[in-house]
Amino acid sequence: MIATMALPPPDPEFVLRGTAAPVHTLHFSCRSQEPEFPILFSGSANGLVQIWNLKTHRVDKTLDGHGGKSVYWVETIRGRDELLSQGRDQKICLWDLAEGRSMVTDSVSMDSVGFCRCSLLKMAQDRWLIAMPADDPDEVQVLELPSKTSVCTLKPEAGAKLGMPMCLKLWQPGFGACPFLMAGYEDGSVILWNLSMGKMLSRLACHQEPVMSLDFDSEKAKGVSGSSEKVLSVWSLDEQQNLKVHKTHELINSGISDVTIRQDRKILATAGWDYRIRIFGWKKMKPLAVLDFHTATVHCVSFSDHSRPSERLLAAGSKDHRISIWSLYNQT
Amino acid sequence: MEPGAELEPLDALREAAAALEPPRDGIGWPQCSGASWQPGASWEQNGCDPLVCCCSFKGHGVFFTSRPGFCLVKTVDILEQFVREGGLSALMWEVCQQHAQAASPELQETLLNKVVCLPDHLSNKLRGENLPIFLPQNYFPLLGTEIIQVLQRISDSLRGGLDCSISFVSQVLGKVCVHGRQKEILSTLVPCLTDLTKSDCIWQRMCWRLVECVPDQIKIWEVGERADVLSRLLGNLVVKNKKAQFVVTQKLLLLQYSCPTAMLQNVLGYLALDNSRRFLLIKVLQELMETWASSSAVKHSPVEQQLYISKAILICLSHLKDVEIDSHRQELFTCVMEGMKCHLDSNLPRIRCLGMIVAESISSRINTDGPILKFQVRLKQNLSLLPRRCTIKVFAVGAVLCFLAWGRSNSQLHFHHSDDDFIPYDMSADKELKKTKAPLYIRDCIEVLTGPEDVEKWEATMRVLETLIQRNTAATQEVSVELAKVLLHLEEKIYIDDFMELRQKALVAVTVTDPVPVAQYLTSQFYSLNYSLRQRMDILDVLALAAQELSRPKAPGKSKLSSVQTPYIQILPGSDSSKDWRRIVDERIRSKTRRFAKVRPVELVCAPNKFSSVAGHFFFPLIQNFDRPLVTFDLLGDDHFVLGRLAHTLAILLYFAVNTVAAAAMGKALLEFVWALRFHTDSYVRQGLLSCVSSMLLSVPSDRLLEDVIEELVETQAWLADVAEKDPDGDCRRLALQNLLLMENLKTKLEAAPS
Repeated sequence: MIATMALPPPDPEFVLRGTAAPVHTLHFSCRSQEPEFPILFSGSANGLVQIWNLKTHRVDKTLDGHGGKSVYWVETIRGRDELLSQGRDQKICLWDLAEGRSMVTDSVSMDSVGFCRCSLLKMAQDRWLIAMPADDPDEVQVLELPSKTSVCTLKPEAGAKLGMPMCLKLWQPGFGACPFLMAGYEDGSVILWNLSMGKMLSRLACHQEPVMSLDFDSEKAKGVSGSSEKVLSVWSLDEQQNLKVHKTHELINSGISDVTIRQDRKILATAGWDYRIRIFGWKKMKPLAVLDFHTATVHCVSFSDHSRPSERLLAAGSKDHRISIWSLYNQT
Repeated sequence: MEPGAELEPLDALREAAAALEPPRDGIGWPQCSGASWQPGASWEQNGCDPLVCCCSFKGHGVFFTSRPGFCLVKTVDILEQFVREGGLSALMWEVCQQHAQAASPELQETLLNKVVCLPDHLSNKLRGENLPIFLPQNYFPLLGTEIIQVLQRISDSLRGGLDCSISFVSQVLGKVCVHGRQKEILSTLVPCLTDLTKSDCIWQRMCWRLVECVPDQIKIWEVGERADVLSRLLGNLVVKNKKAQFVVTQKLLLLQYSCPTAMLQNVLGYLALDNSRRFLLIKVLQELMETWASSSAVKHSPVEQQLYISKAILICLSHLKDVEIDSHRQELFTCVMEGMKCHLDSNLPRIRCLGMIVAESISSRINTDGPILKFQVRLKQNLSLLPRRCTIKVFAVGAVLCFLAWGRSNSQLHFHHSDDDFIPYDMSADKELKKTKAPLYIRDCIEVLTGPEDVEKWEATMRVLETLIQRNTAATQEVSVELAKVLLHLEEKIYIDDFMELRQKALVAVTVTDPVPVAQYLTSQFYSLNYSLRQRMDILDVLALAAQELSRPKAPGKSKLSSVQTPYIQILPGSDSSKDWRRIVDERIRSKTRRFAKVRPVELVCAPNKFSSVAGHFFFPLIQNFDRPLVTFDLLGDDHFVLGRLAHTLAILLYFAVNTVAAAAMGKALLEFVWALRFHTDSYVRQGLLSCVSSMLLSVPSDRLLEDVIEELVETQAWLADVAEKDPDGDCRRLALQNLLLMENLKTKLEAAPS
């Protein structure tokens, strides 16, 4: 009864075409003031990073630094002047984009051949931590940027049989506090690592299949993870640093390739193998919308960092070469 | 009333009255002017019998009939004083004492009459100037308290060892009940008695005796007291008194159906409360079950009565002990089997549902270990079956189910209001992702549907078929009949939750795209061999829906919208389609009959009625062969359910053919059809016929009605009047009444028009 009275789901605000390849990663940079325009970085399977002007909806610049190998993670540092991109060529490139430049100034090479995306955390002015898969297949390495010195290597105890790390999320309880890492592994478990001690604090087996993506809300000490199964798992971290399953949410179709909580912690979006984007209320995991636009697997979802909440956007990149931009639940 | 006859038995008393007040005018006794009844004094001090006073008031009854005026006013004053100051109780007490010494029965009879009918007499006489105390709503409660006082005196005298008769009080009570004032008098009497009988056994005995002597007891049961109170007030009345037994076991339960559920609970609870009465409970249940399982009762008694009996059965069941069930298990079982058969046979969904609920409940009660009868039907509409204040713990399963369903639906409603502040979008399209691609051409669809099994492709085809047909008109027309044939014979190879709906939509789309050949095909199949009833009804539904679709004015760009909306007539298994059909007709009737306020009509899109040119192809083949039974299909025999559907469908077809050339001919044929079947025993068929009459009156132009079928109309009117008055089915009566109203309108319209 009520379902029939509900509004039909909205259409995308606009669609960005022209990547000419499946889109694997998206990252907004919309915080800067006028006359600078909001931009969106996209990384695609053809090894290109494209910079989209969200005013004109056109590509402003294309960065080619991964030798035609798929780019599956991009992230800005220092505003939009510098960009990190991770590619299947086992390299993480640091781009200098200031004053119209576009050149790789530095790079870190990885030995990992997995699909694990890196995670970046700003520790102080001009000091970042980056977590990335290490040489050993089941290890995670944390480096300090820009010095590239190794902070720690997180190695599971022998016999843990976690498999490869699949997704990483660096976080800290408050600015300046000791950083932690949430990592999802191939065997379906999520692990909380303490970086200063390099020690595993808690392990939660919340999936049967590899954890494809996770996000963590440090304020509510609650996180969400998706795998190739039909469920989303919501878990929480108690004061004794133990992870516990909070609830699971059954989905219609299996496979989640990305999950992201919006910065204001009100909603979260998932990218599904069933071509659909799903929106949930973060408080109770109340299903809010199913956006059925793409015609192939959705690889990534990302929320914009507009300083005005009403302008906030959601972008989704798909195997169908399209990036859809949505405006949802941003009237506060 | 003749004064002489009335006064005769009072001769003896008249002397005493004369002593009190000598006659002054020619009329004789009693005297009005200056007469006054002295409270207390009259019988205590003057040593005058209160009966005398009463006789004087009794005499007024005679007096009233002869001379109104001043005397009347005076008499009323005296009467008021008499009543106000406890005269009634004194009077009754006196009679009770007298009665113990055998007083004259005639006198008692007259007194009884006067006491009870006083308000009637006075209001007849005084009309608008009646005193408030003599209004029934005041008088009878007063009489109630007076009776309590008399009973108090009687109980005192019984305690003192004196013999007293209570029968006069009983008679008063009984007569009041006969006069229909039980509510007023019991409203004061019952609470007092409930209180007094709580611990006093003399009072209890008196109370039992009081009720026992009441001549017509049915009204007593309506006091609305709880079972234990009833038991205290009435004792073992039903066992001792044949009449009371008849009232409880027959009159209350089988011969009427107006009592509220609470009362049923009380009365049956009363039977169950004492071991000496329990045999009656079982007897009652047996009789109820007999009625419930009788096919004639199911067929001919109104739905309301069947609901009433079902309620009574459920209540009885809840009172039965396991031992009692053990000894009657076989009997109950036989009844359930028989009853189930005739309930499921009924064409009315309510009756079927009712039967299922009762059977489920009985089965769950009698089968303690074996399998339980269980229907996979949603029992949503039967909440009304439930007795509201169910104080009994072990209640029938059906009832519990209803409660659960009710609770669940409620909680769901609340859930939607109490979550986050974000309003969810419609997520109904979020279905499982299908890998296979649906076919793009109609011919491919036919291939998939008739070809080898490919489950996913098959389902994808079903889902896309309606849209494909609507988009590719020309391609569909090439294969329309073939496609209709495939769809009509299509079986649900795999489970799709809305298979029936998809198939129906596709069939409707084919029919709309290529009306004439497909309608010809479908109507010819309706009367051919080797179809199931389900398929035949599908044909009817499709024809009705297609007629609606064709007749609906459709803007060129909006065709998609209309197909998205759920069709007006949704004829799917489980849904009560006849309701929807009737709603259309009802709405139409409403719009035609009463216009208190002018409603500005929504601007409608103008388009030619596409049904106009093809209506005949839909209608006439259907109406032609209904009286020719086939081996597998006998409309006039067992398959009366399909006949009912056919009647409804014909009504719909004619309704949608309004303003078309064929309407007049269709109306004439339909009227003959109705006439042939008008005495059908099945109420669903009769409802269909009445809908046909409505359609005819609405769709056929009135001048054509007058020209072609005026005689038939007059006959029909007589039949309608008969149905409106006598039909056991409430819906039939209502429809007939609406039809009569339509005819009346037609008549006034013709009279108003210049000839």
